[in-house]
Amino acid sequence: MTPTGRRRLMLVGALGVMLAAFGVLASGVLTSNLVPYYDPGSVLAAGPSAVGATLRLGGQVKAGTVSFDEQTQLLSFVLTDGENDVPVRTTGMPPDMFREGIGAVVEGKLDEAGIFQGSRVLVKHSNEYRAPVEGMHPGEVYETVEGL
Amino acid sequence: MIPTLGHSLILLSLAAAAAGLVAGSVAGFRNSREAASWARVMAGACAVTLTLATLLLEWALLSNDFSVSYVAQVGSIGTPPLIAAVSLWSSLDGSMLFWSFVAAVYAGVFAWRTRHDEPGPTGWALAVQLAVLLFFTMLVAGHSMPFEAMDPVPSDGPGPNPLLQNHVLMAIHPPTLYLGYVGMAVPFAMAVAALASGRLDASWTRSLRAWSLWVWAFLTLGILLGGWWSYEVLGWGGYWAWDPVENASLLPWLTFTAFLHSLIVAERRGRLAITSLVLVMLSFLLTVLGTFMTRSGVFNSVHSFTQSPIGPAFLAFLSLTLTGSVLLLAARMDKLDVRVGPRPRSAAPASRETAFLLMDLVLLAITATVLLGTLYPLVNQALTGGQVSVGAPYYEKMNVPLLLVLLLLMGLGPALPWGKPNSRMALTRLVPPAVLALAVTVAASLAGLRNGSVSAAVFLCTFAAVVSLAELAALVRARLRAGSDPAPIAVFTGLARSPQRTGAHLAHLGVAMLAVAVAFSSAYRQETEITMKVGETAQWNGYSVGFVGSERVQESHRLSSRASLAVFEGSDDLGELVPALNSYPRMAQSMGTPAVLTRPLEDLYISLVRVGPGQVSLRVFLQPGLLWIWIGGLLMVLGSLVAALPAMRRRRKGQEASS
Repeated sequence: MTPTGRRRLMLVGALGVMLAAFGVLASGVLTSNLVPYYDPGSVLAAGPSAVGATLRLGGQVKAGTVSFDEQTQLLSFVLTDGENDVPVRTTGMPPDMFREGIGAVVEGKLDEAGIFQGSRVLVKHSNEYRAPVEGMHPGEVYETVEGL
Repeated sequence: MIPTLGHSLILLSLAAAAAGLVAGSVAGFRNSREAASWARVMAGACAVTLTLATLLLEWALLSNDFSVSYVAQVGSIGTPPLIAAVSLWSSLDGSMLFWSFVAAVYAGVFAWRTRHDEPGPTGWALAVQLAVLLFFTMLVAGHSMPFEAMDPVPSDGPGPNPLLQNHVLMAIHPPTLYLGYVGMAVPFAMAVAALASGRLDASWTRSLRAWSLWVWAFLTLGILLGGWWSYEVLGWGGYWAWDPVENASLLPWLTFTAFLHSLIVAERRGRLAITSLVLVMLSFLLTVLGTFMTRSGVFNSVHSFTQSPIGPAFLAFLSLTLTGSVLLLAARMDKLDVRVGPRPRSAAPASRETAFLLMDLVLLAITATVLLGTLYPLVNQALTGGQVSVGAPYYEKMNVPLLLVLLLLMGLGPALPWGKPNSRMALTRLVPPAVLALAVTVAASLAGLRNGSVSAAVFLCTFAAVVSLAELAALVRARLRAGSDPAPIAVFTGLARSPQRTGAHLAHLGVAMLAVAVAFSSAYRQETEITMKVGETAQWNGYSVGFVGSERVQESHRLSSRASLAVFEGSDDLGELVPALNSYPRMAQSMGTPAVLTRPLEDLYISLVRVGPGQVSLRVFLQPGLLWIWIGGLLMVLGSLVAALPAMRRRRKGQEASS
């Protein structure tokens, strides 16, 4: 093998090792920072295995369940997919467009009591947004939120 | 009337692009001057017809001609003229026409500027640009024709996207980004032309660099304005969220930045020429991928993908371009006659060449990181059907160390000499800036800076800034020593005589400013929520915010709810801030207009969450150093323009001398 050939081979080898190391590192960091999306039905089905992990829960804000305490800034409501309900608690003033019947995605964690403790309420919709209707596939709520 | 005229103009431009593509290819194959001039004429014809088509659509938008489908889709009678004018790029059909228009103008200008150049390479370059243009014009004609005739003609339309109506930056951010994005076709075409004609010489490289610096400047400015718009409109207090559309604009920027630096090594040291061509081709591929991601709707709604014919068309174009580029590289790379720079010589490990090479690798690693994070949710959904999103911590954990290495290289590269520097010389150039940077970092930590990454950023940015300032000072000093100019003029002439180096170091100073500002603003951002009644005052972080009152204002296109806030720092009156919430007819959601008080060291940023009778809820942010992000970014743009302008002028002079 010529000297240049050997150098080239070494270079390719070094690049390969670097690339592999980078790939292992990146996929490790990636998988530990994935935020899966659930609808109320699948969160209930997952049960205890969903407790504690950061996830996004999407559904329709159930009518008559929204309450906001101005003193404690505690906002609670129920997200539903029509059949299954998950109670959600979060702090902070609800966004301006937050109202009953609207599709919302909440980022947070499910606690052991089965209450979803939200850290962020996402109701930033694309301009073609329509309120969810009966029989709408729950995943579609997720896709109405922009930039996800 | 307008629909018919619009259709004809678009068909004419299609024909011209196809004819020019053939003529350019013939010119490339046969090095024929006649064919090349036909290709130029056709590029000019595309530019003229698509300019007319764009003006025609503008006319229809401004005159509310609802017989035109695009106007019926985005126009409305109440829309103010400025917003009607910019709604050209508020929706798919109009933005595709605008894309084609920009591409055609680029091709036309390129044809004009290369009119005295050799027919072979310019023929190829025109053929490639017209092929890209042909694809986009075909999409306009076939799928997203904005000039369909409406029957019956509606009496009013829904009005453009409220995001577009909400801020004046929407009038400049998209066109600037388009100029950068679409302009990427020019360097790509020039790289393909070099490979196809089998020669890369010094004058082609110079011209490639000049075009690329312009495109880079537009792309940088476009990304910067996008961040600024997001900061001024979206009300979450940030400027970058790693969302797929933002990532789409960042990806080609990263590889294109690597390309510009590799080209310097090619011109100065005769190395990395092929790498430069690969990087420029990669940049173009990433812009096509980005256009696909933002235009096909694949991110907003994965399910509409199969129903939208534009998605598969883009994918086909992307894979065609990718395959073509790889095949061309494989077939022609070894045959390329590179006549750029001096004969390649070997370099020591501690040399400027090494710094440049490492910088390429780091930029590519960042590109891979961002690409992986952006595409992962799509791939995951395609494979498993599950929906996931990639959290911002992924991007931060991966990119912060890489960006710190990049900042280190930005200081080391210009400080290290080319080739085989002796170690004493290298040390004398490295030690003083490092000592100075260390002093600044120690001072900052004495003043209370405790954050590791921020301290590292301060050290590395000071180091790089001192190196750049020393380089600029050396240029001025050389001029002063020559003694021909008095001191104040020598500052100018000294810098103006080396525009490339001046521009590069101005851009580096901008990067240093921007990086420090980003580090501070992400580490020390504070936010709180305040609810108060009229007449009440809230105290927070040394500021006091008093709620004076609220009002509702009906404007022609929206209903705006505003809160008046009196802001004080101690006893200093900082004036009134008026954040607003705007609601638009026929739109489900209201859009905020946060109020931002910009100060040299920090921004006070207030967005309105909710406003009721006599009561207001605010989200308040304190953002350290934010102003310097915009200043640093503008300095980067200025730097690239300084590096580009005279280079273009010199080229013209050279041509006049030879003709």
